Amino acid sequence: MKTIQELEEIRKRTFETIKVRREHSGTRIVVAMGTCGIKAGARDVMVSIMETVAEDNLTDVVIAQTGCTGNCDMEPIVEVYRPGQDKVTYVKMTPEKVAKIVKEHLAKGKVVSEYTMNS
Amino acid sequence: MKMYRSHIMVCKGTGCNSSSSELIAQNFEKELKENGLENEVIVERTGCFGLCALGPVVIVYPEAAFYSQIKPEDVHEIVTEHLLKGRVVKRLLYHESIDGDRLKPLDEVPFYQKQVRIALRNCGVINPENIDEYIAFDGYKALTKALTEMNSEQVIDTIKRSGLRGRGGAGFPTGNKWEFAAKVKDDQKYVCCNADEGDPGAFMDRSVLEGDPHAVLEAMAIAGFAIGASQGYIYVRAEYPIAVKRLTIAIGQARQYGLLGKNILGTGFDFDIELRLGAGAFVCGEETALMRSIEGKRGMPTPRPPFPAVKGLFAKPTILNNVETLANVCQIILKGAEWFSSMGTEKSKGTKVFALGGKINNTGLVEVPMGTTMREIIYDIGGGIPNGRPYKAAQTGGPSGGCIPASEIDVPIDYDNLIALGSMMGSGGLIVMDDTTCMVDISRFFLDFTVDESCGKCTPCREGTKRMLEILERICEGKGEEGDIEKLESLARSIKDTALCGLGQTAPNPILSTLKYFRDEYEAHIRDKKCPAGVCQALLEYKISDEKCKGCGICAKNCPASAISGKPKETYLIDQAKCIKCGVCMSKCPFKAIAKE
Ligand SMILES: Cc1cc2nc3c(=O)[nH]c(=O)nc-3n(C[C@H](O)[C@H](O)[C@H](O)COP(=O)(O)O)c2cc1C
Ligand code: SF4
Ligand code: SF4
Ligand code: SF4
Ligand code: FES
Repeated sequence: MKTIQELEEIRKRTFETIKVRREHSGTRIVVAMGTCGIKAGARDVMVSIMETVAEDNLTDVVIAQTGCTGNCDMEPIVEVYRPGQDKVTYVKMTPEKVAKIVKEHLAKGKVVSEYTMNS
Repeated sequence: MKMYRSHIMVCKGTGCNSSSSELIAQNFEKELKENGLENEVIVERTGCFGLCALGPVVIVYPEAAFYSQIKPEDVHEIVTEHLLKGRVVKRLLYHESIDGDRLKPLDEVPFYQKQVRIALRNCGVINPENIDEYIAFDGYKALTKALTEMNSEQVIDTIKRSGLRGRGGAGFPTGNKWEFAAKVKDDQKYVCCNADEGDPGAFMDRSVLEGDPHAVLEAMAIAGFAIGASQGYIYVRAEYPIAVKRLTIAIGQARQYGLLGKNILGTGFDFDIELRLGAGAFVCGEETALMRSIEGKRGMPTPRPPFPAVKGLFAKPTILNNVETLANVCQIILKGAEWFSSMGTEKSKGTKVFALGGKINNTGLVEVPMGTTMREIIYDIGGGIPNGRPYKAAQTGGPSGGCIPASEIDVPIDYDNLIALGSMMGSGGLIVMDDTTCMVDISRFFLDFTVDESCGKCTPCREGTKRMLEILERICEGKGEEGDIEKLESLARSIKDTALCGLGQTAPNPILSTLKYFRDEYEAHIRDKKCPAGVCQALLEYKISDEKCKGCGICAKNCPASAISGKPKETYLIDQAKCIKCGVCMSKCPFKAIAKE
């Protein structure tokens, strides 16, 4: 038999895994997955985002993907949307770089400016 | 539970399931594996999304991309394009869900825009076979709240103040029903759920059971707590195999978690639920007949009083509620009576689910606030009538109801307005009719249903409805006589007044309502032997057009009744006395020279 606390834990835990089905107002991290992106390693980037988000138990984050953004020489490209913040575009991503973005930008809101488009 | 970046929701409601949605789900699983995506993307099978006309339907999150009329062979493209490369497959999207290059959020799609989903809130959103997903969206929170923060009076008071009325037909206030049963003292009481759903055209109860079975279980437990019952029964028709399967799974999971059974959540409250399968006799949906059927007896109505709240199942105090009624209960407990009663009209609160059918583009299930007009339902949500034909009427309330004519299309729909129009809410079947529907034929259809389903226990219903049907059949066959309308009216009155149960008492409603608004159609059938809508075969004439007929003689060769004669190259002629109205000539004429009118 479950206790009320256990029920609450199931609720929180399961909600984290299925909340993408509800209107989402939190952080969105989008990986460009055009053919060029995939060729440049976007899939590894995507997988490492998923792993880091799960390991760090980040809540309120949705991972999505998009097609080619038209900057093929800068792939893999990752965009981060946070409420109240302008879109930040990171370029030439690797699994290592992206782990840092998850830990800094997604978790704490701090833009990792050395990886952005204009730096 | 594992985290997946993307969720593919495949509708496995009865509609989509019958058009290969299981194969689609399996293809997704296979393709995901082949593309190495099985750890990133999950496939969930859900209940009905509502837009059954567009089935099979698939929604992919987080984009909420709404794919419609998917074929198993389309799956490959969705996986390799959308899920692998992040490019939504526009070709397969429901056309109203895209706005130029933008994917509209679901609540901006016209079909969903005016809807408010309370009873259907989880349908299409959760995997109904996974109790954890139900819990994730606040499932069993209302039961916890009721058991730990409220007493039974407070629960009943909340339901009363919410204004919730029964969605099974009569619209009786749910809180009052619970209060009656709570006040009767007895060692054993029962909560029953009516999932018999006999109205032709209605399938909202089935969809709730298929899409969100725990919502019904949780509400029944709350009802049990409110009236002091420890046992519940769900009476569900055996023709609903998916609903039965999902209920069985849900009951098993709820027991395993201790949300049903003894000492629920350690609060000392005991409540369990069993399923009872009905054989699908319409009259078994009537409350007293339903209880006799659960007791293992023949499902025949018994007189009231005594009312079930006093002496119901096994002669013990019992409440019976409809599936959709129950599906509202948990949200009311969680969000409060004021939240619920802020929606709807003065005397009809909250929302109502309608099953749209007939001559309408988006057939399916919609949930709208009470007070929405027929025009909004049909045109804004339902996408209007096919081929732009004019609206003639909408039939509500099934065999117990009547028609809303075009002149009343802007009346806000609630229990009382529908009754005032001579129809009723019923369970929420809504059949749209255009100018090609014959209203005499419609009442014949519903009466035919009633005659079939009458249990035969009382004479007015057994004999009276049969007499009425005979008259209607005669009228449709062109053998109507002066005085038939008056005969129908007097029979209707006496059946209404003397039948034992609701089936007989409401059986004349479709006739009375069509007589009220479309009396001229009855008169045309009887006096002029004409069917203005062109439906009643016996009253139609096949005619050959002078201008179009080339005198080829093909029609005459094919006529089984040798009713056509003529000379080559001249206009042929049909002898109406010989014609048996088979329509062969019309389908054979190569020059479309034959029309029926
Ligand atoms: C002939 C007949 C058939 C009925 N069929 C159903 C049915 O299929 N489902 C249903 O919920 N109520 C049906 N009812 C209404 C029930 O008797 C009862 O009023 C209802 O289930 C009570 O639940 P509610 O107060 O939640 O609406 C039927 C009534 C009659 C007279
Ligand atoms: S009214 Fe009809 S269905 Fe109801 S008890 Fe009489 S015969 Fe049976
Ligand atoms: S088949 Fe058509 S065109 Fe030919 S004789 Fe008959 S009505 Fe005239
Ligand atoms: S409807 Fe049938 S019976 Fe009548 S004229 Fe045409 S083919 Fe002959
Ligand atoms: S059954 Fe799939 S949308 Fe209704």
